[in-house]
Amino acid sequence: MTIVQMMEAKVTDRQAQSSRAGSSDEGPAIDKGVKRTPALPASGQFVETGMTVGDVRCQDPYVIAENVDVFYGANHAIKNVTLEISKQEVIALIGPSGCGKSTFLRCLNRMNDSIESARVSGSITLGGQDIYGKDLDPVALRARVGMVFQKPNPFPKSIYDNVAYGPRIHGLAADRAELDDIVHSSLERAGLLNEVKDRLDEPGTGLSGGQQQRLCIARTIAVNPEVILMDEPCSALDPIATARIEDLMDELSQDYAIVIVTHSMQQAARVSKRVAYFHLGLLIEVDETDRIFTNPQHKLTEDYITGRIG
Amino acid sequence: MQGTTLILILAAMSFAAFFFGRGRSVALVGGPRHSTALHSLPGYYGYFTAIWCLLPALAVLLLWVLLEPRIIVALIVKGLPEAQRSLSVGELDLLLNNIQNLAAGDAISGDLDAALSEAATRFQDYTTVSRRILAASTLAVAGLGGAIAWRRIRPDLRARNRVEGIVLLALIAASSIAILTTVGIVLSVLFEALRFFQKVPISEFLFGLNWSPQTAIRADQVGSSGSFGAVPLFTGTMLITGIAMFVAVPVGLMTAIYLAEYSSSRVRNIAKPLLEVLAGIPTVVYGFFAALTVAPWVRRTGESLGLEVASESALAAGLVMGIMIIPLVSSLADDAINAVPSAMRDGALGLGSTRAETMTRVILPAALPGIIGGVLLAVSRAIGETMIVVMAAGLAANLTVNPFEAVTTVTVQIVTLLVGDQEFDSAKTLAAFALGLMLFVVTLILNVIGLVVVRKYREQYD
Ligand SMILES: Nc1ncnc2c1ncn2[C@@H]1O[C@H](COP(=O)(O)OP(=O)(O)O)[C@@H](O)[C@H]1O
Ligand SMILES: [Mg+2]
Repeated sequence: MTIVQMMEAKVTDRQAQSSRAGSSDEGPAIDKGVKRTPALPASGQFVETGMTVGDVRCQDPYVIAENVDVFYGANHAIKNVTLEISKQEVIALIGPSGCGKSTFLRCLNRMNDSIESARVSGSITLGGQDIYGKDLDPVALRARVGMVFQKPNPFPKSIYDNVAYGPRIHGLAADRAELDDIVHSSLERAGLLNEVKDRLDEPGTGLSGGQQQRLCIARTIAVNPEVILMDEPCSALDPIATARIEDLMDELSQDYAIVIVTHSMQQAARVSKRVAYFHLGLLIEVDETDRIFTNPQHKLTEDYITGRIG
Repeated sequence: MQGTTLILILAAMSFAAFFFGRGRSVALVGGPRHSTALHSLPGYYGYFTAIWCLLPALAVLLLWVLLEPRIIVALIVKGLPEAQRSLSVGELDLLLNNIQNLAAGDAISGDLDAALSEAATRFQDYTTVSRRILAASTLAVAGLGGAIAWRRIRPDLRARNRVEGIVLLALIAASSIAILTTVGIVLSVLFEALRFFQKVPISEFLFGLNWSPQTAIRADQVGSSGSFGAVPLFTGTMLITGIAMFVAVPVGLMTAIYLAEYSSSRVRNIAKPLLEVLAGIPTVVYGFFAALTVAPWVRRTGESLGLEVASESALAAGLVMGIMIIPLVSSLADDAINAVPSAMRDGALGLGSTRAETMTRVILPAALPGIIGGVLLAVSRAIGETMIVVMAAGLAANLTVNPFEAVTTVTVQIVTLLVGDQEFDSAKTLAAFALGLMLFVVTLILNVIGLVVVRKYREQYD
């Protein structure tokens, strides 16, 4: 039995999982030819050296974070993190609460800018362009790197206006017909169109939680981003709504790089291709999802995925 | 026995009752270790006993204090000689007053005669006896009440529910004080206003275009018979309120937007207390600022532009009132903006909105009902504002919408009608109540609308 299967067996309250346990059936991970770090330092020593186990590099990287540090005042929240993300993958960030997953995620679209005490150093490039460069407008960046939040946050506007918001501010539609098209296709791709097509002018806040979250996804893809960041997008949803969002992530990963923060290892196992494990601001281990759950290389990673760290 | 001593003894008794009650409850179940067998925590049995010791005794005390003077006076009057008993009410009052003063050892008016001093002695006697009875009965009731409560303590007595019930009653009593006061004020204003409407038809008051409340005091006096058309006052009020809002709403709103969304926390930490200082300046200070600084300035500026400006222009009063209201508008708008969940802000920023787009397209629309509610509250504040307009707006009841002319307001007229010696049943005085009633109705409606709007908007995010 793999570790993933053991974990899933422990969780009984999730109806969604039985139909979705596919990823764990693939058996032991096969080496896909990625370069591996052979030495396995003990955890204490490792925390001091700050080296990441596994491979932070990937083929055809699109987002490249190099030696990123984040400080909130004196609090060193992200410590020298290097990570590459390619365009057609879903990468999951996991780790105990407060380890800096959200902080790292917010670096990628410069949402940390609006936090007064936050200071980011190191370099992050998006398609070769330095996103912390002087000539880069964070507003334009956020149109390219969309974000879905933990709690569904539709605007107190109609469903239509929620989705049309981004295209409107970015001037993506020349006329009303084009805007209609964008709204419909975005809702369609977010798997929400059938449920709401007769009530597009009703307030988005009147939808159920899962629908609201899909509306937020539709709102995000309406501006046609290159990367989608999701910060625990299912933690406020019930298992069925969660399953729908996970399906959606599968489909969206064809077109977008998706970075998802999750507390559910089942979810990470189901939706992601790679997993990055954070601990106290350090990126401890990055690897293929199958491998990290079946054969974690680092003691801390193993402790976390087997439930010994909270 | 002195009143304070009595109160102190009562307090001590109920304090003791607390410990007796608590002790008994614990003893009944066989010691503190078994106190889970009690329905409530032991302390509640203590409070239960103390309340029954204190409350009935206080009721007796209160009743006695209310009734004592009447009873004593009745007894004294009964003992007076026949001639004095048949005096008129006023003279009898004077006599009783003398008796009481004499008993207290104070100077009296008129001659001291035997009957009088005898009555004073009896008054002293009655008072002493009454105090003794009071002390005895109060303490007896306190002891009895405490003892009965103490005996009624059983492990299954729902002491907590009893005590909480009494606390609830006390809370209700306290909160009804404010409500009853309001009702009392409204009723008294209403009745006086109705008396006014018996003298002056309500249609003339509501629709008359002429306000000159000088009535002839003597029948043969030459002069005005008074006219009470309130329209000029209300247009004056509206004009000044309008000018004030014209200043306060944009400035206050922009202040709130800047402080809530743009300023660094350092600026906010300085600016917010400063705004509160502005809100704390007494309106009388604003008043003389308006009358002595702003009004002459408005006049000079107007004249240099070739305009004719009254020295007490509506503009000067309105401007200063607007400045006074800025903190109110900005703090209510600030609340409304801050009540918009930061998830909205993040969502908009995450889609690539600029701060200005986030503000105008997401935050302000979401905060708008709250802002409107705040503005309505500010309007009702401006309408009711008195001091500034008394000092800066003038008394001439001109029916005009020209901000450079002098106008008067409802509140100013209420003040002038009631300042000085007045007959309380002349139309002139009663007119103040009618104006007050109108003012009350208008601000009440605005407040209700404002509060309803604000509340409805709060519900959106709960
Ligand atoms: N806005 C903020 N201001 C100051 N410190 C913050 C802020 N957000 C997060 N932190 C700190 O940064 C660290 C990482 O937090 P976060 O990235 O939210 O962790 P995670 O998402 O993994 O639970 C924590 O120590 C947290 O206290
Ligand atoms: Mg987080």
